[in-house]
Amino acid sequence: MHVSRDFSHYVRTAGEGVQHIDLAVEGVHCAGCMAKIERGLSAIPDVTLARVNLTDRRVALEWKAGTLDPARFIDRLEELGYKAYPYETESAEATEVAESRFLLRCLGVAAFATMNVMMLSIPVWSGNVSDMLPEQRDFFHWLSALIALPAAAYAGQPFFRSAWRALSAKTTNMDVPISIGVTLALGMSVVETINHAEHAYFDAAIMLLTFLLVGRFLDQNMRRRTRAVAGNLAALKAETAAKFVGPGEISQVPVAAIYPGDIVLLRPGERCAVDGTVIEGRSEIDQSLITGETLYVTAGQGTPVYAGSMNISGSLRVRVSAASEATLLAEITRLLDNALQARSRYMRLADRASRLYAPVVHATALVTILGWVIAGAGWHDAIVTGVAVLIITCPCALGLAIPTVQTIASGAMFRSGVLLNSGDAIERLAEADHVIFDKTGTLTLPDLDVMNAADIPADVFELAGRLALSSHHPVAAAVAQASDARSPIVSAVEEAGQGVRAVVDGIEIRLGRPSFCGAETLVSDVTNLDPEASVVAFSKGSEKFILSVRQGLRPDAQAVIAALKARNIGIEILSGDREPAVIAAAHALGISEWRAGVTPADKIARIEVLKQRGMKVLMVGDGMNDAPSLAAAHVSMSPISAAHLSQATADLIFLGRPLAPVVAAIDASRKALHLMRQNLWLAIGYNVLAVPVAISGVVTPLIAAAAMSGSSILVMVNSLRARGASREIA
Amino acid sequence: MEILVILVPLALMLGLAGLAAFLWSLRSGQYDDLDGAAWRAIADDEPPQEAPAKR
Repeated sequence: MHVSRDFSHYVRTAGEGVQHIDLAVEGVHCAGCMAKIERGLSAIPDVTLARVNLTDRRVALEWKAGTLDPARFIDRLEELGYKAYPYETESAEATEVAESRFLLRCLGVAAFATMNVMMLSIPVWSGNVSDMLPEQRDFFHWLSALIALPAAAYAGQPFFRSAWRALSAKTTNMDVPISIGVTLALGMSVVETINHAEHAYFDAAIMLLTFLLVGRFLDQNMRRRTRAVAGNLAALKAETAAKFVGPGEISQVPVAAIYPGDIVLLRPGERCAVDGTVIEGRSEIDQSLITGETLYVTAGQGTPVYAGSMNISGSLRVRVSAASEATLLAEITRLLDNALQARSRYMRLADRASRLYAPVVHATALVTILGWVIAGAGWHDAIVTGVAVLIITCPCALGLAIPTVQTIASGAMFRSGVLLNSGDAIERLAEADHVIFDKTGTLTLPDLDVMNAADIPADVFELAGRLALSSHHPVAAAVAQASDARSPIVSAVEEAGQGVRAVVDGIEIRLGRPSFCGAETLVSDVTNLDPEASVVAFSKGSEKFILSVRQGLRPDAQAVIAALKARNIGIEILSGDREPAVIAAAHALGISEWRAGVTPADKIARIEVLKQRGMKVLMVGDGMNDAPSLAAAHVSMSPISAAHLSQATADLIFLGRPLAPVVAAIDASRKALHLMRQNLWLAIGYNVLAVPVAISGVVTPLIAAAAMSGSSILVMVNSLRARGASREIA
Repeated sequence: MEILVILVPLALMLGLAGLAAFLWSLRSGQYDDLDGAAWRAIADDEPPQEAPAKR
């Protein structure tokens, strides 16, 4: 059967006769890699552009249309030592990039206006106490208005829009007082300028926007980077399926190019990327990613298979019922929707602060105006003082207090292998006091490992590993990996459903079912010890060995559990797997609370119970069956090997084999929340000092500008302390 | 003080020129890869026989 790789789904036309593709590349770290890749790809004839983006770890390639096959670039990169796969921008990432650019443009405009208005304000401030003519002052004020008004109208858009959205939904957010403050400050300054008054606040208003835009941009940039990394990881998983393009002709196509009704071939050792029904063939399938159950299920004609299932023994033909993004069980979708709705009711720290803040500030301004009128001042002076109160209290530092910490903390988390999916996850994670672990794929590694390698002579084990290289069976793959075998045995023959055999130095060696190797008698010894393991036998002449293969615990699982206990965090296991398997894991890790054979609905019910006891639950899980509970929990984490749906639902994703990022993330988020609170107190403290000055009516634009930049810089510097997140588990 | 008539517009023009340059650099994608750009500045020139990869 002929198999070809078809990447045409990812190729797009870029101008006349030029085709373009974006590749995500793994392992690009430095300038050396960049130059190596660009030179290596440019050397291919007809390539017109090869440019590495070191920030996003991607390569943009363009070539003359019709001359090259994109698969060639991937092969070339492989020769150079890099794993690459075509990358398709998801709409979510495209939106983040556009938003990030818009904010940067607003920031540019606001910064330009701030600098120029300040250039005009400083002469006015110093002129007011010396010999500046009133006409000159007015001229400078008018010029300031000319710059500040259009700049504020443009650069203020993000705040005005968000404030409008909040008001239309009959709520308030931080942008409401910001918008009111900026608009009133500008409006009052225009009126004052018309009346040839001494003070105008154009500089304060536009400076406020600049500082706030810095905070917004940092926040947005963090989200954009996370999306880019997550997008690359998704691309590098290279989810493809062998689609029948003719009777007996198969093409390896990306999952995105598969549609319901297509027929795909699922070979032994492959993970299914689509939902569908078996129409031909018999095999065993591993559904552990979907149900958490580690025992294999027998699949034949009519058996439904779901994305994420691993095919173990025979080839299957599957008719696709739903492809890529639509692949999920109706029950899980329903639970998930309910759970997600519940979570969106969580109120972020910033929103809680602004809900308290806005009424207090606006009431203070109103009281100031009325107070001055009652005290005998004119309406004009009273209103000017009231607006000055609003300007002084405008939540500049408050607007920066949270995004700056979030940006720096997410950077620190990223270095310890954790990606943030949602911005407010840090706050929620910091509050977590009870952790629920899924077992399969979370506490255990997603791939199989040989458990009794130490009992087998090293040379025999290596030989078994070399023989295993010739088999597609996942258990054999685990043996090959565990023995670190590199060179396959050339004469090896695979007997479907039985095993592999070869003749080395005149001795026949076999690897496969115990019956295939004549080692049935040895099996019971191993299975008694470890009922969960898959058993594979190896025979060399008359010597027989039994290898026990299973998902091992993550290398540092024990240390992580101990570290969590030391932090006074409750731990339990909720698994869809059978009881003996769960007991074994719980026992090995010293976890006293566990539940086995749990359905997705049971998991949610358990979380609800804990919630009612006032606990904040962190759910760590990877399976599709965990997705609803990930959404239901206060905060959730998934390993990068998790099912699509779980990964999309989880608040945080951790990379690599160790479990340590779970503890690192909790530590970093606790520190970050502490700093956020501290920042809010700093901002409030500043207001407590400044407001009496504003109420007394002695505030000048100079004082407003100095106070605003002073408090903002203080908050930003304090946020930098979130950087040193500890990496080791203490 | 008549000098203000020249100096103030001049200062504004310079500021606007800076803003225009920033917007242009943003549009031409110079902020898309800040990490890479830092290294490109000190990378060796490519050998002349190869076509330079330029946008």
